[in-house]
Amino acid sequence: MTSLFSEVTPEAANEVAVKRITVGINGNKRTVDVEPRLLLAHLIRQGFKLTGTHTGCDTTNCGACTVLFDGVPAKSCTVLAVQANGHEVTTVEGLASASELHPVQEGFKDEHGLQCGFCTPGMMLTAKALLDENPDPTEDEVRWALSGNLCRCTGYQNIVKAVLGAAAKLREQNGAS
Amino acid sequence: MTIDEIKIGGLGASRRRVEDNRFIRGAGNYVDDIVLPGMLHMEIVRSPLAHARIKSIDVTAAWAIPGVRLVLTGEMMAARNLAWMPTLSYDTQAVLATDKVRFQGQEVAAVIADDPYIAKDACEAIIVDYEPLPAIVNPTQAMAAGAPVIRDDKENQPDNVIFDWDVGDKDGTDRAFAAADVVSELELHYPRSHPSPIETCGSIADFDRSTSKLTVYMTTQAPHIIRAAVALVAELPEHMIRIVSPDLGGGFGNKVPVYPGYVVSILASILLERPVKWIEDKTGNLISTGFGRDVYLKGQLALRKDGKILGVRMQTESDHGAFFSDAQPSKFKIGLMHSAFACYDVPTAHLTSRGFYTNKAPGGVAYRCSFRVTEAMFFQERMVQAAADDLGIDQAEIRRLNFVRDDDFPHRTPFGFLTDSGQYGKCLEMGLEAIGYEDFLKQKEEAKKNGRLLGIGISTMTEPLGAGNSREYDILGIKMFDSAELRVHMTGKAILRTGAKSQGQGHETTWAQIVAHELGIPAEDIVVEEGDTDTAPFGMGTYASRSTPVAGAAVSMVSRKIRAKARKIAAHLLEVSEEDVEWELGRFFVRSAPDLGVTIQECANAAYSNIPDGMEPGLENNAYYDPPNLTWPFACYIATVEIDPLTGVWDVLNMVAVDDCGVRINPMIVEGQIMGGLTEAYAMASMQFITFDSEGNCVGSNYMDYLLPTAWETPGFELHEVVTPCPHHPIGAKGIGECATVGGPAAFVNAVMDALQGAGVRNIDMPLLPDRVYEGLTEGRDVSGAPPIRTDA
Ligand code: FES
Ligand code: FES
Repeated sequence: MTSLFSEVTPEAANEVAVKRITVGINGNKRTVDVEPRLLLAHLIRQGFKLTGTHTGCDTTNCGACTVLFDGVPAKSCTVLAVQANGHEVTTVEGLASASELHPVQEGFKDEHGLQCGFCTPGMMLTAKALLDENPDPTEDEVRWALSGNLCRCTGYQNIVKAVLGAAAKLREQNGAS
Repeated sequence: MTIDEIKIGGLGASRRRVEDNRFIRGAGNYVDDIVLPGMLHMEIVRSPLAHARIKSIDVTAAWAIPGVRLVLTGEMMAARNLAWMPTLSYDTQAVLATDKVRFQGQEVAAVIADDPYIAKDACEAIIVDYEPLPAIVNPTQAMAAGAPVIRDDKENQPDNVIFDWDVGDKDGTDRAFAAADVVSELELHYPRSHPSPIETCGSIADFDRSTSKLTVYMTTQAPHIIRAAVALVAELPEHMIRIVSPDLGGGFGNKVPVYPGYVVSILASILLERPVKWIEDKTGNLISTGFGRDVYLKGQLALRKDGKILGVRMQTESDHGAFFSDAQPSKFKIGLMHSAFACYDVPTAHLTSRGFYTNKAPGGVAYRCSFRVTEAMFFQERMVQAAADDLGIDQAEIRRLNFVRDDDFPHRTPFGFLTDSGQYGKCLEMGLEAIGYEDFLKQKEEAKKNGRLLGIGISTMTEPLGAGNSREYDILGIKMFDSAELRVHMTGKAILRTGAKSQGQGHETTWAQIVAHELGIPAEDIVVEEGDTDTAPFGMGTYASRSTPVAGAAVSMVSRKIRAKARKIAAHLLEVSEEDVEWELGRFFVRSAPDLGVTIQECANAAYSNIPDGMEPGLENNAYYDPPNLTWPFACYIATVEIDPLTGVWDVLNMVAVDDCGVRINPMIVEGQIMGGLTEAYAMASMQFITFDSEGNCVGSNYMDYLLPTAWETPGFELHEVVTPCPHHPIGAKGIGECATVGGPAAFVNAVMDALQGAGVRNIDMPLLPDRVYEGLTEGRDVSGAPPIRTDA
């Protein structure tokens, strides 16, 4: 995108005013120079090569690009990369630990909460944020929390099941610990 | 030691999906995720007008922007004979416009630059001077005397008519109508809808001068058809073209046709000798790519007083947009519209169909539908409901009375299809029981006394899925068979490739289950690959619910070929004659001494290490499957709704689906397909449509106007099943992906219309937006949804 990430002609590189930012991405601090107009979604995808964050619309409706911005779900297609300066961003790649899937990820697989998988990263991050806030949500609360994320394949029923299942598992884990 | 088929992930196992392991980690590989060294980025300039002559295009300012590598216009495409391309329906389509633009969003120019931001800047800098022409946005305008001819580029095209086609028995139908007690009539519009996968279309063309080979990574549901089309358009030899369809973020028919963006990216890569990536934005996808429906119906049923259907007359007018690019079998002009009334025992029927050019995006058949069966079944079920209302007959009763009976198969439908099996009555009764039909009718009466509007709607249908057979079904002359190739390695692990292409259906999981069922190799020992034309056997791809009926059958057949060879090897290993060898799942044994046996894995090993004299080594094979008939799944969908009389808002109280798709390979995945389909049915019934104002401006060009239901609006679904194995499919399976989208909408609409009974309204066109329902309820008249819509209100 910017001079940092893809080859550009020397003339082009000279014309672009870049800004230096430091972003925490899945726990690692990364310092990069970006064009002020660069979208966070593009920094994540093309810059950091974390392609699990998808983009599916031009109008902030689909939620495929959802990341956690300081723990809160945000549509990264509608955040400028420079706005992430000094903030902590979690993408789907940061959901699982090296050895273990997050219970939300397990839930999506177990309950067949995905088909094409395109909405899935955004859905899972939104779900994680919900469960961080509210460990025991009702079905309606889950549906409402996910209503900024579109899925074209599943009809949501299994996604809701997946999130409720993950909630139960997390409660059990946390109760046990 | 018999193998437990469910344990090895065979037929009937709700096996967790293999593909999910990468998707839940964000490690899918979609087209936009692919980055090639030296890759450039392409963006497209689209027409803001629906119909206009291009006076000039000035690209000077675009060229002046640093980082711009190439600017392409129609004129430059024409110089290479690439300004127009053939469509999948024997028409032509502009790649980049030269003479006129014919719909809003049409491709006019393209910029290739170092990054997409620069390319977008350069697109803005291109100045196109248009001379506006009157726009045509529906068939009535298209057929009016003196209407401007949209396709003045074509010879012998004096008007806007694409085809005038009919099927069935006109005279017999006339006689049936003459003898009828009652004739029930209905007119309606099935609105234009867009498949709108969350992932848009895109491609990366990579032409390698040193090998002359063109590789295109592309969002396509039908890689081999695309290869044939690219060979045709780009005049490249087929063996020098490799199409790779990686993970697809949904398709639903949107990713079957050839789009201008693909072609332009290919030419750009050839000219620049660098990889060129084009990723469409959402608006581009919604306003220019394959849509579904946009058909008007005048329907008539000839009825006996008791509700028996004596004859059917259907007259359709369809709006195909500016180019006839329907991806459909070439023999049928309005797809399989004539599959209507297949589940009813109707003596005679006649369908006349006319197709029109308009100043709207081209397409028509795309959208989770086996070639317009969605319209066919919707029309059928709306006509049946209207007839029941006209006669004052119970809506379940009229269906019972007219169903083809279980012992009446094979059955010739009034339009000539051959259905082969079904338990329609059982399906319906199961649905009625699940929804609590009788109780609901009482509740509805009670509620009415309190001014509450409750309604129940039924939709029952059987639909033809799994084209072809090759006698009747081809696309551009290519017969609609499909294929599978199986290589069993010496350890008994295997790789399977097919000519289909999953877009979320889970082929990597289910195909392995079919092999497990046929060979007893655990599903987890089988890798499935699709989508790369250099490695996959030739197939027609995945759409129209044809994967399981055709490619899935090929998977069975190739497994059986492998088993036949393994049997010979087993006889050799067991030192008996082949006739003395018996098969049980995963193992051959000696008939007279069942303890003496060899496993399929041992046979695989021997195929590479201990071959009988005179036998070819190896355990690999392929199969091309040409189905004897379509498969005929059946379904009954029942919805109950409540309308708020003050606002016209309606809520789904309950939705029951009973599906018969024959033997279920993976019940979990089947249910996932049904729930997804029901959601799209609900979407079309309630909110999702693309329409146009009188100037041809597309209303529905982004997700703020084109409404897809979220988790919040989407109702819950209760699923049931009936299993009538398909008599000709090797494992008794039928298509399922589209049943609920096809049969679902009528259940919702019939329910709302049922709730409005007595209000003086017989039809409201989809989507049943609150204002339309309110208008129907309060004004007591039908509400049309046909474009042009008013935009001054
Ligand atoms: S890409 Fe659709 S909301 Fe961000
Ligand atoms: S799984 Fe395909 S969009 Fe949700």
